[in-house]
Amino acid sequence: MIRLNNVSKTFGTTCSLDHVTIAFNQGDAVALMGANGAGKTTLIRLILGYYHPSSGSVRIDGRDPIKERTEILKQVSFVPQLPPPIKLNVGELIAYVCRSAQVTEAAIYQYADEMRLDIAPNRGKSFFKLSGGMKQKLLIAISLAKQSAIMIYDEPTANLDPQARDDFYRLLQHNEQNKLALFVTHRIEEVKTIVNRKIYLDLGKVVSDETC
Amino acid sequence: MNNLLLIAYLDLKESLRAHWFMIYSLVFGGLIALFFIAGITESQVMGFSGLSRLLLMYIQVTVIILPIFILITTVRSISGDRDSHILEYMLSFPISLKQYYWGKVLGRFITVFLPVFMAMVIAVVYGVFQGADVPWSIFFLYTGLLFSMSSAFLGIAFFISSTVKSSEMALGISFFVWIVLLAFIDIALISLMLQNRMSEGLIIAIALLNPMEVFRVAAISLFDPELTVMGPVAFYILDLFSQGVFVVLSILYPIFVGVLFAVAGYRVFRKKDLV
Ligand SMILES: Nc1ncnc2c1ncn2[C@@H]1O[C@H](COP(=O)(O)OP(=O)(O)OP(=O)(O)O)[C@@H](O)[C@H]1O
Ligand SMILES: [Mg+2]
Repeated sequence: MIRLNNVSKTFGTTCSLDHVTIAFNQGDAVALMGANGAGKTTLIRLILGYYHPSSGSVRIDGRDPIKERTEILKQVSFVPQLPPPIKLNVGELIAYVCRSAQVTEAAIYQYADEMRLDIAPNRGKSFFKLSGGMKQKLLIAISLAKQSAIMIYDEPTANLDPQARDDFYRLLQHNEQNKLALFVTHRIEEVKTIVNRKIYLDLGKVVSDETC
Repeated sequence: MNNLLLIAYLDLKESLRAHWFMIYSLVFGGLIALFFIAGITESQVMGFSGLSRLLLMYIQVTVIILPIFILITTVRSISGDRDSHILEYMLSFPISLKQYYWGKVLGRFITVFLPVFMAMVIAVVYGVFQGADVPWSIFFLYTGLLFSMSSAFLGIAFFISSTVKSSEMALGISFFVWIVLLAFIDIALISLMLQNRMSEGLIIAIALLNPMEVFRVAAISLFDPELTVMGPVAFYILDLFSQGVFVVLSILYPIFVGVLFAVAGYRVFRKKDLV
């Protein structure tokens, strides 16, 4: 599904990703690990078509994520490392998602419910005024409601309480069949039960890639 | 709803809630109120009075402050969203970069144009209630000028916003661009003129490449050319062009500048790393 061929990405003199060749397939649930600054976020941004690779190529189902971004992103769900301070209110954000990505509001409400987030009383609030955990729950609910073939989570549980983490992993277990899920994480015990592949990055290189 | 309109609509709603927008509207509305309170419409100075005089003063102040207002509020729209990782999330949905960029441009255009235009409309309506005659030709010319002024500086602001990496930098560049267009070019040209090294025509032509200069001259172009308030540049230009041609040019040229910069900004936005 996703194929990186000899991809490098440099910023000025720092080389964030160094000739990485890797493939992710349908059914993979991958834990992406590595020290701070190892290049995990860079890898994800390349897949999402945000960065132009310095060399090499990124292909998703044979297509270029930059040239065909709308087609690719229709089947990708993404939750970023930190919820950004979006100034839209919750209702507007949901409208944005529903209109741009053909998601139904009911689906977002349903997954928010399962994440124990009550959207109704918060609809008129600015997104950035929600608590850290509430923001993350909403973004997770949106990512699940989108029903994408590729799900990418960049440390999504950082702000979640233990109960919410359990909810999240339980929901994922129900939703990841026949899909491709990528989790950036620093806590392997947490994702042990839901991943079937572990990849370690260090200094921009893949240092280990094991299936389990 | 089309995605472009969706982006424009959401940007508009976001702006309407923002503090800068309140200050922005208050400044231009307040300006008009101030002019009425000061009795500008009653005074008879240098041959023009009533609403024409009020509108002229309004446009002269606006020529100076509107550009900087537009620049500092708009220049952060893309660079700020990039800094705060909002762009990273919002662009993870299937929206094309074209729809995103031009939607933002459209939303911002409405937010910056409407308050300055409405302030003028309010002035005219209030003036009519006070029994003043409405100088329609001036009103339409100034509407055109406000429109083209907004386009020109919005285009420049979007170009800066997509080119520069951080919003701090974008803000600094905005001030620089504003002060250069407002004063530096004129000062440089005046000194050139004093040195007598270039022909007058060439110097005036260079001066006219500056949209701010175009607005200054256009603002007084409908008044009697014999008026002493007119500077040498304006006098020379209005002598050279017919009034009609100059008015049309003064509206079309800045719009062209704005579109050119906005398109250039779009190309940069598409070519560079997004976050
Ligand atoms: N936009 C950028 N400009 C300059 N350098 C960058 C940029 N993005 C990442 N880097 C650099 O690339 C390297 C890898 O960064 P990346 O964000 O991919 O790390 P990470 O593995 O996600 O780390 P963390 O666990 O802290 O999130 C770092 O040295 C970082 O400083
Ligand atoms: Mg990271």
